[in-house]
Amino acid sequence: MATEILMPALSPTMEEGTLAKWLVKEGDTVSSGDIMAEIETDKATMEFEAVDEGIVGKILIAEGTEGVKVNTPIAILVEEGEEVGDVSAAPAPAAEATPAVEAPAPAAAAAPAAPQVDLTPDWPEGTAMKEQTVREALRDAMAEEMRSDDTVFLMGEEVAEYQGAYKVSQGLLDEFGAKRVIDTPITEHGFAGIGVGAAFGGLRPIVEFMTFNFAMQAIDQIINSAAKTLYMSGGQMGAPMVFRGPNGAAARVGAQHSQDYAAWYMQVPGLKVVMPYSASDAKGLMKTAIRDNNPVIFLENEILYGRTFDVPDMDDFTVPFGKARIWREGEDVTIVSFGIGMQYALEAADKLAEEGISAEVIDLRTLRPMDAGTIINSVMKTNRCVTVEEGWPQGSVGNYISSVIMQQAFDYLDAPVINCTGKDVPMPYAANLEKHALITTAEVIEAVKQVTYR
Amino acid sequence: MAARKAQTKPNVSAEELKGYYRDMLLIRRFEEKAGQLYGMGLIGGFCHLYIGQEAVVVGLEAAAEEGDKRITSYRDHGHMLACGMDPNGVMAELTGREGGYSKGKGGSMHMFSKEKHFYGGHGIVAAQVPLGAGLAFADKYKENGRVTFTYFGDGAANQGQVYEAYNMAELWDLPVVFVIENNQYAMGTSTKRSTKSPSYWERGAAYGIPGEEVDGMDVLAVKAAGQKAVAHCRAGKGPYILEIKTYRYRGHSMSDPAKYRTREEVQKMRDERDPIEAVRSMLLTGKHATEDDLKAIDKEIKEIVNASAEFAKESPEPALDELWTDIYA
Repeated sequence: MATEILMPALSPTMEEGTLAKWLVKEGDTVSSGDIMAEIETDKATMEFEAVDEGIVGKILIAEGTEGVKVNTPIAILVEEGEEVGDVSAAPAPAAEATPAVEAPAPAAAAAPAAPQVDLTPDWPEGTAMKEQTVREALRDAMAEEMRSDDTVFLMGEEVAEYQGAYKVSQGLLDEFGAKRVIDTPITEHGFAGIGVGAAFGGLRPIVEFMTFNFAMQAIDQIINSAAKTLYMSGGQMGAPMVFRGPNGAAARVGAQHSQDYAAWYMQVPGLKVVMPYSASDAKGLMKTAIRDNNPVIFLENEILYGRTFDVPDMDDFTVPFGKARIWREGEDVTIVSFGIGMQYALEAADKLAEEGISAEVIDLRTLRPMDAGTIINSVMKTNRCVTVEEGWPQGSVGNYISSVIMQQAFDYLDAPVINCTGKDVPMPYAANLEKHALITTAEVIEAVKQVTYR
Repeated sequence: MAARKAQTKPNVSAEELKGYYRDMLLIRRFEEKAGQLYGMGLIGGFCHLYIGQEAVVVGLEAAAEEGDKRITSYRDHGHMLACGMDPNGVMAELTGREGGYSKGKGGSMHMFSKEKHFYGGHGIVAAQVPLGAGLAFADKYKENGRVTFTYFGDGAANQGQVYEAYNMAELWDLPVVFVIENNQYAMGTSTKRSTKSPSYWERGAAYGIPGEEVDGMDVLAVKAAGQKAVAHCRAGKGPYILEIKTYRYRGHSMSDPAKYRTREEVQKMRDERDPIEAVRSMLLTGKHATEDDLKAIDKEIKEIVNASAEFAKESPEPALDELWTDIYA
């Protein structure tokens, strides 16, 4: 049967083109792969190959014709002994009009009704507590999960024989052996990719970065491979794994070792992002992270590793994602923070109390999913909000929180939200400059006074 | 026409040879149809065709066992068909429809099949190389005797993460075959213009990984090399590198005018080294098949491919709700 040859689309954006030159003439026999014509797009001149075998029965568009729309018939191919007229029987392929797809808009800002939030305590009343550092809590969480699931393993630089660059993995090699506690060469991009591949293959890797600064070398594997594969595969396979390590500034280590990545990772659908402050949260959230079926970014902090907190002495203590913790209740202002930012938030709240200002302090604990409900409920009560983080100001976590408050509780605000952040500079080395580059308790106090008009 | 000497090699039966002919022809006809659907605007975005390289995947699949894994780059349609994925599901993914392997959310470059142990379909050049080593890591951890075929091109072979993966794969004796499909052009840059060390298989020596160069237009040579590599991996000796010299007849993607090589160069390859013609000639001269037998195969393939195109046109676009699914497990 005669078939129409249509003007092809030769690039993702081509709508029309010039039929520059015919390389065949009527009566020529062509077979699959033969070049039939040259077609000019806005970008290049392309050769157009025959797909079917046949005889060029008729050329419909003369060479040199400009503005030929994609899918216009340009020639007719016939079989031996067939007439061109036979083509009329063939239905012309209709140009596929892609219906305009309207993505469902994100749920419109709800009328300011108090959101439902989970207010259950993290552990039952009367639970015995023990003192632990954040470092010990993290190690215990990993060890407990490795005992209960033998597909969990830890890999990274110096995690095994050296017992961890910051001693977080102390003792794990002795207990679990070299098969499950694996020293890698210094090769972040490579071992992050191997970790993601192992997760595709059915294991539950914990990939330690000596610091998240070095994970920038691996961020393609974290985002393009780990975070997106579940979606790209239509739900067939994903990466149940944890990327963990210290994040943000330590002390006097300069610009390349002192960046806070909270806002970067928080932006990525497919990732979950955790940034604990206390030891109990470090433990409970780490256990949840290892069990989660998605890639989890677990942002620790070198300065917090050595801090001691009360940790519930329970067999299996976990903290759910997406549930903020209210560290102190207050009436006059809501201070929202996470990770080491909590240190400034809590210090500021203590000092403000001495001056008669009552601050409610919220620790987000997880940035994705984020417990916006707890923030909104608090702001509906205090009518004022200050956010605190160590990261840079432009595109900060606080910026996002401000927008959520504006959309969901605008009528409750008595002052603009202030974002207290690190300064908009690479981290300097000099002690005095470094102190100024970081967020300080004094700045948080000043911000609170501004929003409370004191 | 074939200047190559047709010969039957001892490691193949007539039935197997016919199977390779069929499998390679399926890929070629499928890709031609995909090119046609692209031209009609039914397939969008990027579409990288595998025409000319068919013997690579068909030869290596002949060396694989059930449960072995494979992972590759964005030029992935051939790999999927060769490992037994359904042409309808692949074509419908190309057209972005509900019936596609990723429900229309992945596209040409991002398809997967857990059932067939196909781990994608990756759009970032060379990212699949550490991922493939990681799949092999999981198999070694589980001690299940499986091997992972990790495919990448001569372009990817200059990425740093390939060598990071080589180093750890050998360090940990991972059962992975690194398959370099050297089609001589990284998009528009010939190997001559991208390296002074063009024997990619030799680069494994720096890490202690053995390797060899293979004629990628000869499906039997590819199969034999694949068997050797797989045996090495299954024996617990770690990774193996196969640099398979092949050639892509079409442009890098559909929108590539291919001005970096002459029409004569491409035509010469097609005339003298075509992997499908070589097997066809072997079948006929060895009297393993008649013209009619081969015509019957051609007809069967044409029907499969046409059916896949029909399926891909008729399968509906994904429901709008799909926008919000599969983000978290």
